[in-house]
Amino acid sequence: MRIKRVSTKKITEEQEQVDINLLNPLIEKYKDKKGNLIPLLQGTQDIFGYIPYEAFEKLSSELGLELSDMYGVVTFYAQFRLNPVGKHIIKVCHGTACHVQNANAITDALKESLKVNDGETTEDGMFTLESVACLGCCSLAPVMMIDNDTHGKLTGGQAVKIIKNVKIKESN
Amino acid sequence: MKNTKVIVGLGSCGIAAGANKVYEKIKALKEADKLKFELKRTSCIGMCYREPLVEIIDKNGSYLYGEINEKKAVEIIEKHVIQDDPIKNYVVHTDLFETSDKDFTEDQVKIALRDCGYIDPEKIEEYEDRGGYRAIRKIAGQRMSRLDVIQTVINSGIRGRGGGGFPTGLKWKFANNNKAAEKFIICNADEGDPGAFMDRSVLEGDPHAVLEGMIIGAYAIEATGGVIYCRAEYPLAIKRLNIAIEQARKNGYLGKNILGINGFNFDIYIKEGAGAFVCGEETALIASVEGERGMPRKRPPFPAESGLWQNPTNINNVETLANIPWILLHGAEEYAKYGTEKSKGTKVFALAGKIKRSGLVEVPMGMSIRDVIFKLGGGIQDDKKFKAVQMGGPSGGCIPEHLVDTIVDYDSVNATGAIMGSGGMVVMDETTCMIDVAKFFLDFTQKESCGKCTFCRIGTKRMLEILTRITEGKGEEGDIEKLEELSYQIKDNSLCGLGQTAPNPVLTTIRYFRDEYEAHIKDKKCPAKVCKALLTYEVDPDKCTGCTVCAKNCPTDAIDGARKEVHFIRQDDCIKCGTCYTKCKFDAIKIS
Repeated sequence: MRIKRVSTKKITEEQEQVDINLLNPLIEKYKDKKGNLIPLLQGTQDIFGYIPYEAFEKLSSELGLELSDMYGVVTFYAQFRLNPVGKHIIKVCHGTACHVQNANAITDALKESLKVNDGETTEDGMFTLESVACLGCCSLAPVMMIDNDTHGKLTGGQAVKIIKNVKIKESN
Repeated sequence: MKNTKVIVGLGSCGIAAGANKVYEKIKALKEADKLKFELKRTSCIGMCYREPLVEIIDKNGSYLYGEINEKKAVEIIEKHVIQDDPIKNYVVHTDLFETSDKDFTEDQVKIALRDCGYIDPEKIEEYEDRGGYRAIRKIAGQRMSRLDVIQTVINSGIRGRGGGGFPTGLKWKFANNNKAAEKFIICNADEGDPGAFMDRSVLEGDPHAVLEGMIIGAYAIEATGGVIYCRAEYPLAIKRLNIAIEQARKNGYLGKNILGINGFNFDIYIKEGAGAFVCGEETALIASVEGERGMPRKRPPFPAESGLWQNPTNINNVETLANIPWILLHGAEEYAKYGTEKSKGTKVFALAGKIKRSGLVEVPMGMSIRDVIFKLGGGIQDDKKFKAVQMGGPSGGCIPEHLVDTIVDYDSVNATGAIMGSGGMVVMDETTCMIDVAKFFLDFTQKESCGKCTFCRIGTKRMLEILTRITEGKGEEGDIEKLEELSYQIKDNSLCGLGQTAPNPVLTTIRYFRDEYEAHIKDKKCPAKVCKALLTYEVDPDKCTGCTVCAKNCPTDAIDGARKEVHFIRQDDCIKCGTCYTKCKFDAIKIS
C-alpha cells in the first residue's frame, strides 16, 4: 500500500491560501452523478495541483460526501496528492523495460542535481520528482516525462541537462 | 506529386522521439512552396525503434522512412516528393526492394492492429474507408440475432487478451443469460502491466475499432451503457477516444435505435483511472468506476450476474474488443484459421528491453518465442548473450534460454510458470540480474497490493525484505526455501489475481536461475554485476594512464593517484556508485 505518500508535514500558511470558489463549476458538473467521487477529486487536483484540506470540507458540506470516504480514496490511488507540487512535475518511468535499461541512474542523477528525494519538491517550488510505474513508451527506455513532454533513451547526465534547460528557460 | 501522400506517425512514442517537429517542418515546407502533396497524420506504425517514422506513398507504392529528424525531413521532401527520387538509404520498409527491416514485418498478421499506422485516428471516414463499422452494419442489415453474434465469437475461439485467457464468447453468453433492465459493457483500458503498451497503441491508433467492438458486444448482451476505464497516464488515448465517441454519436453508431435496430440504445463514456494496478482486476475496476477504493471482492457473484451498480456487467480488454469487428465481418472460420488448437487467432506483443528492434508486433498464436525475439525482434542489443524473456509482467515470469522454443499460446506459456499476460515481452541479457528483476516486481506488487488480504499485504513485504537482503549481500542459508514457502502461502490465500500471481516472478527465477540466487547468498557475488553492494571496483594498473578523470569525478574522493601514475581506489571509502567506471575512457576500471 502506498502509505508513504501521505505526509503529516504541517502545511505552511502561505500554501493554505487557495481560492476555494474555483470548485463551483466542478461541483455543478458532477452534482447528481453516480460514482462522482473520483472525477471530483481529479478535477480538484487539476485546479490546485493537489487536494487542499478546504476542498475536502467544501465537497463534503455541499455534496454530502463523507470526509473519511474521500480520504480513503485519495490515499488509495497513486494519482492524488495532499501537498502542493512544484511548477514542473518530473515523472521518471520505472516500468520493467526502463528498469532493465537502468532507470535508477536517472532518478539518482536527478535526486543529486535537484537535491530532493523521490516524491519531494525542490525548495524553490520549481520541480517535483516522482517515480511512476509505466509511461508506455517502453521502446524508448529509459524514459522521463516533464509536464507533458516525454524524453527517451536517456542517461543520468542527459536528464540533468534537460532539467537545466528548463531552469534556464524559466529564468529568462 | 499531386497524388503523393506523406504520412507522419504521431503516436506517444513517435511524439517523444520528435515526430511533432518533423510534422511541423513538413507542413511549413508544404505551405511555403505551395507544394501539392497530401500531408496526413497517423498513429503508431509499430516500428518504435525507428521513430520518428514518415511514410511516403507515390505512384509506385509505399516507402517507410525511419529515424527522420527535421533535416532528413527536408531531404526526403526535396528528393522523393519533388524530384521523384526516393532516398533508399533512409527507407526502412517497402515492398519495392529489399530493406534491412524486412524480417520485422514479414511474418506478422495484423488483425487487432489492422488500421494502426494506416488511418488518421481522429477521422472516422478513414476508419470507415478501411471497412470500419461495416461489421455492425452487417449485423443490422442481416438482422443477425444476438445469439448468432455470440455464437460467431464462440466459434472464432478468441480468448481474453488482457491476460486471463477466458473465452470471450462464453463471457458474452453468461452476460446475455442474465436479464435486467440495465446492463453494462466495460472496456478495460487500465493497462497497468509495466512493459506492455499495445492497448495504448490501439487506443491511440484505432479508437473506433474498440468502440465498434463495444457496440457489437452491447448488442449481443443487450447492454444499455458502456464505460471505457482508461489509465490517466495515457492522455493522448483519452483525447482520441473522446473525439471518436463524439464522431460515432454524430454518425449514428451510438445513441438511440442504433442503425435502425429497434430498441438498441447504447452510449459510451470514459472513466479515467487514478493510478492503481489492482484496478485491472474486474471487481476492483467496478469498485473504482463506482467511485470507491479499488478493492476486489469475492466472486461469485461474478460481474456477469452482479457488476456495476449491481447490474449484469461484461468486461473485455482493449485488444479483445479491437478483434471483434474483424471476426464478425470476416467470419469465425477465417479468424480460427490462425493459431493453435486451444489458442486461436493472433496476439499483439510489445517487445522491449534489451532487444534490437523494440516495438509492437502481431503474430499468429503458435509462433515460437525464438522467432518473435530473434527474427522479428532482430536479437539482442550489442549482440550480447540472451538470458531470459519476461512475460506477463508482475503476474508472469521469466522464460530462460533453454525454453525459448516454447510457442506462444496460453497453455504452453503457462507450463513454463510465466503467463501470456497482456503481451509484454521484456528481453533480458547477460547483464540483467535475475534477483534484481524479481525484487523489482515484488517491490511493484507490494506497493500495489490493496491491503485487503493479509497474505498479499504482509507476505509480499516479507518477500521483498528477503530479496533486498540477498541483493545487499546479507542473504542467509535457507532464504530460498523461505521465499518458496511464502510464495505458496500468498498464492493460496489471496482473493484476487494480483496476490495469486504476485510470487510468480520469484518462483520462476528460483526455478530457472537458482544458481544465481546461490551465488548471491553463498559466495556474495552478483554474476550479472548489477547488485552494487556485491561489487568491488578496482583500477587495472596495465590500462590506467593516470589521466585523473576518475579521481576528479569520484564523489567521495576515494581515488588516490598523481597525474600520469597508476591510480588506486580505497575500498573503505568507495560507495560503489560506478562513476569511475562510466567516466574512464581507457576501460581501466575493473568490476568484480
